[in-house]
Amino acid sequence: MTKLCSFFLDEHCFGVPVEQVQEILLPAPLTRVALAPAEVAGLINLRGQIVMTLELRRRLGLPERALGASVQNLVVTSEDGPVALLVDRAGDVLSVSDDDFESPPETLRGELRRLLRGAYKLPGRLPLVLDLPRVTQVGGGGASG
Amino acid sequence: MNAANDMDDALVEFLAESEENLDGFEEALLGLERAPDDTALLTAAFRYIHSIKGTAGFFSCGRLQALTHAGESVLSRMRDGELRMSQVIAGQLFAMSDGARQILAAVRATRDEGKRDFDDLIAQLARSFAPAAAEPDPMWPASAQPAPVAPAAASAPVPPAPEISDEPEEPTTVRVDVHLLDTLISLVGELVLTRNQLLQVSGRSSDPAFQSTTQRLNHITSDLQERIMKTRMQPIRNVWNRLPRVVRDLSAQCGKQVRVEMVGGDTELDKTIVEAIRDPLTHMVRNAIDHGIETAEARVASGKPAEGRLTLRASHENGRVIMDIADDGAGIDPEKIRRKALERGLLPAEQLQRMNAHELIQLIFLPGFSTADKVSSISGRGVGMDVVKHNIERIGGQVEVLGTIGAGTTLRMKVPLTLAIVSALVVQTGDERYAIPQANLLELVGVNDPGGPGGVEVFSEVPVYRLRGTLLPLAFLAKEMGRAATWQEALAELGDAMTILVLKSDGREFGLVVDGVCDSTEIVVKPLAKALKSLAVFAGATILGDGRVALILDVLNIARRAGVGSERRMMARVAPPVLVPDGEQQRLLLFDAGHGRQGAVSLAGVDRLESLDRGRVHEAGGQRMVRYRDAVMPLYELSPWMHDVGVAPAPGSDDASIHVLVCARAGGPVGLVVTRIVDVIEGSFKIHEGARRRGIAGAVVLGERVTDLVDLEQVLAHITEVRP
Repeated sequence: MTKLCSFFLDEHCFGVPVEQVQEILLPAPLTRVALAPAEVAGLINLRGQIVMTLELRRRLGLPERALGASVQNLVVTSEDGPVALLVDRAGDVLSVSDDDFESPPETLRGELRRLLRGAYKLPGRLPLVLDLPRVTQVGGGGASG
Repeated sequence: MNAANDMDDALVEFLAESEENLDGFEEALLGLERAPDDTALLTAAFRYIHSIKGTAGFFSCGRLQALTHAGESVLSRMRDGELRMSQVIAGQLFAMSDGARQILAAVRATRDEGKRDFDDLIAQLARSFAPAAAEPDPMWPASAQPAPVAPAAASAPVPPAPEISDEPEEPTTVRVDVHLLDTLISLVGELVLTRNQLLQVSGRSSDPAFQSTTQRLNHITSDLQERIMKTRMQPIRNVWNRLPRVVRDLSAQCGKQVRVEMVGGDTELDKTIVEAIRDPLTHMVRNAIDHGIETAEARVASGKPAEGRLTLRASHENGRVIMDIADDGAGIDPEKIRRKALERGLLPAEQLQRMNAHELIQLIFLPGFSTADKVSSISGRGVGMDVVKHNIERIGGQVEVLGTIGAGTTLRMKVPLTLAIVSALVVQTGDERYAIPQANLLELVGVNDPGGPGGVEVFSEVPVYRLRGTLLPLAFLAKEMGRAATWQEALAELGDAMTILVLKSDGREFGLVVDGVCDSTEIVVKPLAKALKSLAVFAGATILGDGRVALILDVLNIARRAGVGSERRMMARVAPPVLVPDGEQQRLLLFDAGHGRQGAVSLAGVDRLESLDRGRVHEAGGQRMVRYRDAVMPLYELSPWMHDVGVAPAPGSDDASIHVLVCARAGGPVGLVVTRIVDVIEGSFKIHEGARRRGIAGAVVLGERVTDLVDLEQVLAHITEVRP
């Protein structure tokens, strides 16, 4: 059994392994980073630690979030310390069986496909699992945000 | 799993401790080379090696144990007076230490002691006290050869009990992971911010109990912050300790005799600085031995002691650490530098011809410079002094070289105490705030109506600002941060006021235009995520008083990005063309020379124009002088050069301030006083050499006025000559 922390982006359900999620935060004041790749939303102060925040919709090539729409910070761990991902909203923790795991659906194209590990076939939904090391590697990582 | 972790921790500690023990061992060994009969040193060396051997057994490092055992046996014979330290034995013991380090490194990397068994070394060590080893030792002449039982040891009997106890003294220190310390510092920073917010709340409250509690919290927090910053401080000795060994090996390799002296090893700096200067320092020491100190024969021939001296000195000064690496070697010959620079085409011949000795020797910091006649394996490793300079400037430090031919060379480094906390200026562009380290800041200039006259001008397609007669190239923060597409757009958005930060980076000055300055404060520097480090324009980030994140600007890279710090400009600064060539674009400062005469000086030869308070001028022994930056600057009137001898000097003005042309010279800045600045003009001027005389290069016709053009180089040369 694997536990996934689920979240939503543009009505799609995504998931990341719970052990890689550090915490979920309400939106924090962002400091823009000039000259950074577009998917870098800015920097936040996480209890004294400066954390890079990624606009996950932009990172995955999804449509931009409507102005004033709700947003949450999903703080995940990476090799380079914590990274915050901006998601529409966080969902439940899902217990999934490895038997239900499949590689990314054939219908997915290009960059998004590269950033996914696969999907879990659950009744009624299909959480797409992010490849976090790739997602959090921006700029020079071959990503074309 | 826990047990495995504990084991790992213990192993890591063993490795760190063993390396420290080896450091101590080598230090003792170096001492023993000089004083072979020093029982205290011998005991210390023994204790270090014994402790490694003991723990090595516990971690089943059999090779390390065998190797250190062989070393220990040698030392134990010495302790018993059966053997005396010699250069040969010291060499073997150093080799043992190197071997032990190799094993430790292998264990750290692979959890295994590695392939080499060191049997040859162990055998060598064993031979050193075998009976056959009684052959003469080259270190001491036969007559001074100690008897098998060293008389020195007999006359100073082995102390009754040089306690070799395994039990460490009561430990007063613990090992702490640096990351843990950094986390603590971050948390304390947050605590300080929360405290500040709480203080504001308590200010509005009328509850005395609440107020006194917040006061106590306030004091405790400040105390805590101060102490926690100290935990990162390390004595400079931690870097120096490795150097005597480097010196020993190198000087042996070069066939030179060098002794190292250290002064001020207790001087403390932040750990990050200690780490950052480690490599540059080693490189400078290598250089000093390879290029600086002469061979024993050459030294004796020039009347110096055969043994060269390398002095490391450190001290605190104005919140910075000054560090000298001084050798008493041959010094640097400026002429040799001039020739080398010419051969390599580093600077135009004309420029080189004009440079003085001090300026010339600073050229060793230019990329592509190496003064050794042949590239040696020791310091010619492709790492030049330019890299040393770059690395030191990276951490906000400076380096310069001082020297006299025949009397040695001193490299002087000035580095900040810490990188973790710097004083910074918080500036604003639009609704964004950025921090700029104060170390880069020369001055702040407020400008009203930046678009109007007296505001931003364009000079060879670059925006500039006329600052006391100097054209300061400008960079607009709004443009560099991508808020405006062009500098014209950035300028238009500024409105009716702007602030120019006059910044210095890599020896060049430029102006950074911002909307305004919000605050001057101490900031805690935090690193950026790896993904953002490639954006060279930021040196890090920090958390401001309101809890928001602000980026810290890397001034050097901002200048590069804005194209205001070109190499060409730097060269021009190093070697100002002083004599004015005909027909070239130049800037002249016009001044009133009195008696109806007007003089002109080419600003290319002037480093700064200053307006100084008349009250600050002192007179001593007929010489007027003024404190300027860190030096005492002598002042000379420029007007007398305009007139024939005997003409009374121009009447001094009654202004509260005097205008001084500051010219950097080898012996420090020299100030030339002009009574009244008329104008600064720019253009191409025809020089009439007919008017040439002492101190005057010729005359230029401006408007309808004949104006004498001062030959700055000649004037300064004359002044420096007559100066005591």
